[in-house]
Amino acid sequence: MAELTDLTIAGARDELAKGAISAADLTAAHIAAVDAASDLNAFILTTPDSAAAAAAASDARRARGEVGPLDGIPVAIKDLFCTEGIQTTAASHILEGFKPTYESSVTARLWDAGAVMLGKANLDEFAMGSSNMTSHFGPVKNPWGRSSGRDLVPGGSSGGSAAAVAARAAMGATGTDTGGSIRQPAAFCGIVGTKPTYGRCSRWGVVAFASSLDHPGPLTRTVRDAAIMLGVMAGHDPKDSTSANVPVPDFEAALTGDVRGLKIGIPAEYRMDGMSPEIEGLWSQGADWLRQAGAEIVEVSLPLTKYALPCYYIVAPAEASSNLARYDGVRYGLRVPGEDLTDTYERTRAEGFGEEVQRRVLIGTYVLSAGYYDAYYLKAQKVRTRILEDFRAAFERCDALLTPTSPYPAFGIGEKMDDPIAMYLNDVFTVPASMAGLPAISVPAGLSGDGLPLGLQVISRAFDEETMFRIADVVEGAAGFDTRPR
Amino acid sequence: MALDKQTVARVARLARIHTNDDQLDALARQLSNILGWIEQLREVDTDQTAPMTSVAEMTLAMREDRVTDGAYPEKVLANAPVRTDDFYTVPKVVE
Repeated sequence: MAELTDLTIAGARDELAKGAISAADLTAAHIAAVDAASDLNAFILTTPDSAAAAAAASDARRARGEVGPLDGIPVAIKDLFCTEGIQTTAASHILEGFKPTYESSVTARLWDAGAVMLGKANLDEFAMGSSNMTSHFGPVKNPWGRSSGRDLVPGGSSGGSAAAVAARAAMGATGTDTGGSIRQPAAFCGIVGTKPTYGRCSRWGVVAFASSLDHPGPLTRTVRDAAIMLGVMAGHDPKDSTSANVPVPDFEAALTGDVRGLKIGIPAEYRMDGMSPEIEGLWSQGADWLRQAGAEIVEVSLPLTKYALPCYYIVAPAEASSNLARYDGVRYGLRVPGEDLTDTYERTRAEGFGEEVQRRVLIGTYVLSAGYYDAYYLKAQKVRTRILEDFRAAFERCDALLTPTSPYPAFGIGEKMDDPIAMYLNDVFTVPASMAGLPAISVPAGLSGDGLPLGLQVISRAFDEETMFRIADVVEGAAGFDTRPR
Repeated sequence: MALDKQTVARVARLARIHTNDDQLDALARQLSNILGWIEQLREVDTDQTAPMTSVAEMTLAMREDRVTDGAYPEKVLANAPVRTDDFYTVPKVVE
């Protein structure tokens, strides 16, 4: 048998069921892998002792015949999910030392299903970034840079999650996606990243960035593993008023390999000026794979595509400025004493928030302020309606959309930091589906000329993750992509 | 739209973020760049469009109006930077 850390979640599930391996051994192998990957800085906190104990408890459950769908599977948790009694920082100085007294709904579901937590994964501060460079705890390195000695970003904001899964230091990881924060790092690290429909996974206990855009979802090495993990993470939660009260289908059962007769839309507007030939080539290749598998490829139009990103940079900072008002130095986290209460607030927030977070809070405060609200925020919410209408019209003509995930592969650590807009353009292909709340997945599909992974994105109708997974599974099979960093 | 230093200082005050005078020029430049880029949204015709209020087509569920949670001050105050008994403590605000 292959190394324990090379197993997929589905593979490990089968081996555990057969009794060929134990959860204790599987977790021990991953604890060692987390140590061996410490150069990547993928974790803010590791929890090897509680992981070993949880794995032993899993073996004991299995001996009694009580087995959950993820029993004994070691995973990483983005440090944006509150974990009871375990430091949760959002990669911000302002939350350093914060130990929640409650567990997020999504992680509670994972533990109920038997999963084992290896530690808390690094991210961009408050999930604001596309490179993992804004973390208070330092940047994460992409394992794909190791062999060439290049320090590449893993993407972001779920950069630690993606790096850990790609480096085989975790079998899967939770992430959150607000504008691309699961899909873009998955593409940069050569793994699968899934953003489900808005409302599919509860946001309760997830540190809020932009509430109407925040989507928890899984990062895994295969589409099947994504289907398994999302099946556990998803479900109605009365504690989140936007959680959808709809049944969770058996996502894994959707992986039939049969896409015959499905109509796959290719949105013309995603063919951007200056798009690299290798991205364009991979995109056509993806369409060919699906055509050969019996799907029908249709050209569709999403005219508002280029406006999704500037629209996002009004809505997301506006919501962030409201959500981050809670960090006041009074109830939890950092307090920097000032001359009076207002000065205490101002000094706490100036010292506690990093540069990018401050920038977004200021933009958000400005666009919501008296006299500018209509021109910016209200305008953006109208444009957002039109973006959703665009997708609805496209889905009259097709069952799903195929696009690239990112305009380029992973870049070097330190690049693009002096130009916020250049950094924001990372998310040009992922933001539209975020604005419309639609399910979208990034599948690793090929390598760039420099030997770095590139991803293709499949977007489907709201609450139709099954079609998304079925198509992604066929793309994955045709690409035959080996997710091992080299 | 170009923001001047005074506007940035006012917004920072609204956002309760302390700024030093020497930061304001750079911030004004960065924020102006971002806002200038955002302004392309003006090209989009939204005269007949209603602003989005919810991305998911759902009505919020109603629940019975009663207390369902609480009565654990130790948990609530567990992360307080400064506390006295069962209260958060802040600098004096009344003279």
